Amino acid sequence: MANEKNERESGGTQVAPIIGPGHDFTSVTDKISDVVLTKGFKKQWLIGFAASFGLLQLFLVSVVWLLANGTGIWGLNVPVMWGFAIINFVWWIGIGHAGTLISAILLLLRQDWRTSINRFAEAMTLFAVACAGMYPILHLGRPWVFYWLMPYPNTMALWPQFRSPLVFDVFAVSTYATVSLLFWYIGLIPDLGTLRDKAKHRVAKVLYGIGAMGWRGSARHWSRYQTAYLLLAGLATPLVVSVHTIVSYDFAVGIVPGWHTTIFPPYFVAGAVFAGFAMVLTLAIPMRAVYGMQDFITDRHLDNMAKVMLTTGLIVAYGYLMEDFIAWYGENEYEHFMILRNRPFGPYRVYYWGLIACNIVIPQLLWVRFCRKNVIVLWLISMAINVGMWLERFIIVVTSLSSDFVPAAWEHYTPTVWDWSLYLGTIGVFLSLMFLFVRVLPAISITEMKELVHEVQHREGHGQGRGNEHGNGDSSHA
Amino acid sequence: MDITHPELYGYLAGFKTPEELVDAANRAHEAGFRRMEAHSPMPVEGLAEAIGFRKNRIPAIVFLGGLLGGLGGFGMQYFSAVIDYPLNVGGKPLNSWPAFIPVTFECTVLAAALSAVVGMILLNGLPLPYHPVFNAPEFARASSDRFFLFIRWDDEAFDEVETRTFLEGLNPETLSEVRP
Repeated sequence: MANEKNERESGGTQVAPIIGPGHDFTSVTDKISDVVLTKGFKKQWLIGFAASFGLLQLFLVSVVWLLANGTGIWGLNVPVMWGFAIINFVWWIGIGHAGTLISAILLLLRQDWRTSINRFAEAMTLFAVACAGMYPILHLGRPWVFYWLMPYPNTMALWPQFRSPLVFDVFAVSTYATVSLLFWYIGLIPDLGTLRDKAKHRVAKVLYGIGAMGWRGSARHWSRYQTAYLLLAGLATPLVVSVHTIVSYDFAVGIVPGWHTTIFPPYFVAGAVFAGFAMVLTLAIPMRAVYGMQDFITDRHLDNMAKVMLTTGLIVAYGYLMEDFIAWYGENEYEHFMILRNRPFGPYRVYYWGLIACNIVIPQLLWVRFCRKNVIVLWLISMAINVGMWLERFIIVVTSLSSDFVPAAWEHYTPTVWDWSLYLGTIGVFLSLMFLFVRVLPAISITEMKELVHEVQHREGHGQGRGNEHGNGDSSHA
Repeated sequence: MDITHPELYGYLAGFKTPEELVDAANRAHEAGFRRMEAHSPMPVEGLAEAIGFRKNRIPAIVFLGGLLGGLGGFGMQYFSAVIDYPLNVGGKPLNSWPAFIPVTFECTVLAAALSAVVGMILLNGLPLPYHPVFNAPEFARASSDRFFLFIRWDDEAFDEVETRTFLEGLNPETLSEVRP
């Protein structure tokens, strides 16, 4: 808000609007709730959901086969005992981080452009964390006793080892999943009330009514609600930083060349935000086209997200550079070999250079205004980053494990068809949940959009003495 | 009037803009009404103050929740490592508190977040599947684009005729009786 004003005053240039022109309370409510409350399905939705649901079946098959045969069906071997399970765990958790960043941190920073993407990004967080959480559990070999990781009074008289980052992880990820769910649900309550009041079908009315818990939008309710929401945002902010920091401890605490570095926590967090924003763009660009939401997810949103991606991408690049520098400067022969010789020129060099291309070279296109404005180019760049961040985790996990200290113990890692099928399967789970979400729940916060409309009207009223005229929700300052 | 089953639960006046509602709520408060409620599809600045809502206990609840979560988290690890299952690892102190910080932090955040949400829901008296105000047909718009002031029958200043006249004086878009 303040920024926008300054830009306008200083440069005199017109800032792109964060909401399309001509919206008022009624139109915002109708436009967003119509997506959910209309009968039938859009063709694009059906095709997309069918494809994702097919992948979800692949997930079920992979899990059943895994439970029947054990983790031996994966390509794991003795030095490389982490493989895809941990690569994909870290990848999914990272994707989740953008949701929390958008909804919590940008809320605290009063960036009102976040409003139309936060709900969507929070849902993405929730589903990504669900996918992430499945990997360590399936990786246990005996997933049905996963609750042994939790401290509970048990007949074995055992405690988890609280000094281990792997136990930190259990607490971090489960707290993160719970807080994300709470944050998402709290945000949904007033909107569920709206849907309850607007739904025509009896079953929909009852179901949304249950979700809304009898919300009446009373001023006392709103007052407590806003306080609780703001405090949740304040709690989620350090939480999101802690989660990927702790994930990076899984590596950094281990005395393994290529893992044992202090740069890991900050560059993991930056990488998570980088990957997460790429995923938000990957999903938001097609969604806004299919549902005609260009008025709410405007070009300015895409532009801002592209800039966040560029910034975090540069932090990630700095992380790689520091890793290389310290490997050279530190003169530890194992680290020197791992980072300066094995990764760029060893057996996984194709993955390594792919990662450099996708994470460092291609994102530099975002300096060019055209690439941030053209949705197809932007979508392709975000896809490249999704791939690049996956390759980064592959390189970190696999190269360091497959060739550590003694060459006699080295072993090459090749993922099997079951590794790939489970990976594709979780993508199916994630996309199916996303498709269901945009169909049955408001993908954009109706309440917050109304606040935005009100604010914009107010601002205009002050600036041009137009009073409280409705139907002029244009923030373009034209 | 039957105290437990009033025939008239109150009056509901609907307004088109949040500013009109805040103004109306302020005037109703000045006129001596206390048991009233304002309903809006989004949070409106100054509305809670206008109807006389002052005590927001959420911050205190969240602070207490976080404090208990943090102490509980650290206490659990201390109990595990020092009292219940002491294990000497390389002669390091049993109470290796720096290693306990991450779990303590997560427990703090978890407990604080849960108390924020549960506290908000319970203090708001939710879940509440039935409320008489839903019987007013125009109240369906309270969640989309209309703003309502609701004065309850058990307010000390409430009078079937006078209150109605007072509300009519505020120029509402709609005015209706709410029956349970």
